[in-house]
Amino acid sequence: MQFNKSKKNIEWDKYMVYIIFVAVFILFAIILGDEGFLNPNNLINILRQTAMISIMAVAGTFVMAAGQIDLTVGSITAMTAMFVSLVIQSTNSILLAILVGLGFGCGVGFINGILVTKLKLPAFLATLGMMQIVRGGAMWITDTAAVPIANTTFNKVFGIGDVMGIPVLVLWTILFYIVGVLLFNKTAFGRHTLATGGNEMSAIYSGIKTARVKIIAFTMSGAFAAFAGMMYAGRMQAGRYSYGEGDEMSVIASVVLGGTSMAGGTGSVVGALFGSILMGILNNALILAGLSSAQQTMVKGAIIIVAVAISNLTQRKKNN
Amino acid sequence: MAKYVLEMQGINKSFGVPVLKDVDFKLKKGEVHALIGGNGAGKSTLMKIMTGVYTKDAGRILVEGSEKNIRNTHDARKYGIGMIFQELSLVQTMTVAENIYLGDEVVVNGFRDAKFMNRQAKEVLEELGIEVDPQTKVDSLSVGLSQMVEISKAVAKDAKILVFDEPTASLSEAETRQLFKMIEELKEKGVSIVYISHRMSEIMEIADSLTVLRDGAVVHTGAIADIDLDGIITHMIGGAANKKFDWVERKYDEKGEDILTVEHLRVNEKISDISFSLKKGEILGFAGLMGSGRTEILETLFGLTKKQAGSIKLKGKELNLKSTKDAVREGLALIPEDRRKKGLVLIHSLKANAILPIVGKLRTKGIFIDEKRANKLAEDNVRELNVRTDGIHKRINLLSGGNQQKIVIAKWLNVHPEVMMLDEPTAGVDVGAKAEIIDLIRGFADTGKGVLFVSSELTELMAVCDRIIVLYDGKITGELNRRDMNTEVELQHAIQQK
Repeated sequence: MQFNKSKKNIEWDKYMVYIIFVAVFILFAIILGDEGFLNPNNLINILRQTAMISIMAVAGTFVMAAGQIDLTVGSITAMTAMFVSLVIQSTNSILLAILVGLGFGCGVGFINGILVTKLKLPAFLATLGMMQIVRGGAMWITDTAAVPIANTTFNKVFGIGDVMGIPVLVLWTILFYIVGVLLFNKTAFGRHTLATGGNEMSAIYSGIKTARVKIIAFTMSGAFAAFAGMMYAGRMQAGRYSYGEGDEMSVIASVVLGGTSMAGGTGSVVGALFGSILMGILNNALILAGLSSAQQTMVKGAIIIVAVAISNLTQRKKNN
Repeated sequence: MAKYVLEMQGINKSFGVPVLKDVDFKLKKGEVHALIGGNGAGKSTLMKIMTGVYTKDAGRILVEGSEKNIRNTHDARKYGIGMIFQELSLVQTMTVAENIYLGDEVVVNGFRDAKFMNRQAKEVLEELGIEVDPQTKVDSLSVGLSQMVEISKAVAKDAKILVFDEPTASLSEAETRQLFKMIEELKEKGVSIVYISHRMSEIMEIADSLTVLRDGAVVHTGAIADIDLDGIITHMIGGAANKKFDWVERKYDEKGEDILTVEHLRVNEKISDISFSLKKGEILGFAGLMGSGRTEILETLFGLTKKQAGSIKLKGKELNLKSTKDAVREGLALIPEDRRKKGLVLIHSLKANAILPIVGKLRTKGIFIDEKRANKLAEDNVRELNVRTDGIHKRINLLSGGNQQKIVIAKWLNVHPEVMMLDEPTAGVDVGAKAEIIDLIRGFADTGKGVLFVSSELTELMAVCDRIIVLYDGKITGELNRRDMNTEVELQHAIQQK
């Protein structure tokens, strides 16, 4: 008895992001070469601008691989930036600022997790509500006034500094991706996350506490968003309630572009990085091409639709 | 060393009504023990108690001679009891090795040792004679191979007792052979197997001993060598066959014209060359085991699956169904197998469900729904079908199973179909409602329409049908005229191909 050995069929959805990435890069290099697209400064700039989305997309991959969604990340960056700048303003303690910031992010993420697993709210609604609460809080805390950060060490470490010419924002991104890739691909928790999104019953029957997996993923997402919030604060040298508006959508688009299914069960952390840089390249190219910010917004929306369509199409092909 | 690896003594379980009554079940080390019984005999309940899905009301469970308390599936796993599910329970998006070690990953310094697990998985698979690369994703495997992987998963977790629930239902003949080889190897390793199946030929071949359940009680237990097929069937059906539903000989024109003619219908590779005809006023039954193709044939006739070849004629007109809408327009209706998932919108009212297929026709002169007519229709349905409810606006999931099913039937009666197809229409319905539903079906056929009736309950097929077609592995293997049949045993023999 011989079972037909499965053919080594190439999983296109996995490599789609890299193919699109290379194609888009070459396209812009040709069209916008004269506008300075290939200038090293411009390329580094792209990485710096996408750092926050990239870092949030690491945790976003875990959340979505577990079959969940997190809309709170953008508002968490704003609230964290407010907290951090207020703490520094009153105590000038960087350590305390970091603790408060990360603690806040973890707290919101944990609450999201509890709402989804214990109160059985759909993740979309739970995090939609939390997003509003957190964003409103960020506006309320100083009555929408910005809070400047005078501590240059903080600003350098989290935003404007560089090490041997490489911006700290890029270095942080690299660090988070190393941690994310190891956690996702090399630990049992990574597999448990995929199993929770892929077939929750099977995961439960294999002895996995799927509720805990989801809570950890949401908490991680909150913490990473808080870190991104500190990066916004350091880069702008101030806390502002308006940081990260619409970031949740950019994060979701990056993660899905990177090959993670909206339905859960599949995912790639490196893919998410390429997804977010791809979005950054598009943004940058649209500016170089002279599009207005209104036009950029429209193109961003179109990208999200294309990303989800690709995810669905490859998914459907598999079901046949 | 205890004589039995597992002993269940005096197990009782009730869900309002008693489902298991003082059941004893003993499993020896390294044996294949068949568990047999009709639908509702209590097989699954007993196995669910053993695997920790349900808890027993009374009785004792001994694992290797000492009493154990199995409160949940974790406990069962701890004592080495595993279950191979009918619906495969692997994570499709992960690899074979990742699935085998899911929840029990081998971790070194916090990181998974993927190489080690792949190597170990390969060994387990090779030992069981399964040719598959442990790094293959599960979604690219055939159903048969996925099931083998699931068994390997249980073996890798050191299961001492494995429960197989109808494992061959979706397997091809060759895959079934492979499974049996694997079961032999498991036996040699000292694993005990509980084997649930309705296929007697398989049981005679693979099992060492058997226990027969009927109405929640053990009616026979012993070695396979000491019993033959007739003996098993007699135990299953019982001395006095069920007299609750008597056959009523119906009058219809047996030489009259066909209402539905199906010729050489091909559904898929397995289910093909299906030919039969249905007369006006006739009730035609389909009998067969799980996986014999009954549901698939009905679904194809209802436009849910596209036929691959063959012809379907309704009143002489060739049908080429592209969707269920086509089927409904031509005069076909299907009462589906799973009432809760496919038959009803559970969170909607009785009325909303009853009018759903014809809501487009219940219009005032404009575009709005004619609520008066809709209400009247739903009220008529409730009265004519004797549905017990507080009113037509009651949410359908608050009604009992029998009354829900009446609404599913009403919804299709409202369309006035030519042919009504029913797939297990009395599953989960109490005896009183069952009799009423059977009367409804007879009444519908008496108006000169046709009925196709699928049921796993032979008593019911015997009671309702004028003619019964027997299916086995996707082929028609026999046709019985009700008038020529005396007992359920004949039908059981035909289904078992013996």
